Amino acid sequence: MTAAEAFAVGAGGFIGAVLRYFISTRMNKEKRIPMGTFAVNLVGSLLIGLIFGFELPKLWTVFLVSGLVGALTTFSTLMKELIQLWRSGQRKEAIFYSIWTFGFGTLLAYVGFVIGQLC
Amino acid sequence: MKQALFVGIAGAIGAICRIGIGRLLEGSSEFPIGTLTANLLGTFILCLLGAGVIHRLTADQKLQTAITTGFLGSFTTFSAFSMETVSLFQNGQLVLSIMYFSSSIIGGLVVGIIGLRIGNRMVSE
Repeated sequence: MTAAEAFAVGAGGFIGAVLRYFISTRMNKEKRIPMGTFAVNLVGSLLIGLIFGFELPKLWTVFLVSGLVGALTTFSTLMKELIQLWRSGQRKEAIFYSIWTFGFGTLLAYVGFVIGQLC
Repeated sequence: MKQALFVGIAGAIGAICRIGIGRLLEGSSEFPIGTLTANLLGTFILCLLGAGVIHRLTADQKLQTAITTGFLGSFTTFSAFSMETVSLFQNGQLVLSIMYFSSSIIGGLVVGIIGLRIGNRMVSE
């Protein structure tokens, strides 16, 4: 990793993490499907598809994909939330949350990519 | 505002570590082993800390949020996971795509539950 790449990833990671923090604290509610995490993961999947489709210069891709959108979305929090929902007896919510996130996440990445390539 | 700054700095470090792991593990195979490793490792640690172990690391709540939401949140990623699943599929690597998709989800749940259990044990000791 070059210094420029590390800087690009770090700067993007800073922005992505802060955005996710604000969205999650506003929208995540206890014992419900965490809409904040849900929203960032879906929006991020659409964005990553778009950016890949656009075929931007390398450093821009590193900043946006590895940094910003990479940090805007999260896998660990999603898993923790799924396990917590399940364990607190919110099984229906846990199943809905996983199907919507994984199903729509991959679908949106694909849709974003197709749109990006058309533009 | 200070909390957001903490989360941002930790998030920047988390993202750099994720890419570092990706570059280290990058091999000849198309299988995205870097993202999978970061996602499973991050999920394990987050669940371990979430069981209460985080309070042993630091009592400072701002630092706790920086570690969990900032560092681990950014260290792991959902967008790369969904894009890589789609890319493998588009490249005709259907089996690898399904393997990646299912090992991420099943693996994430398994290491998360193990992390929680170990964390609970550590806290009750």
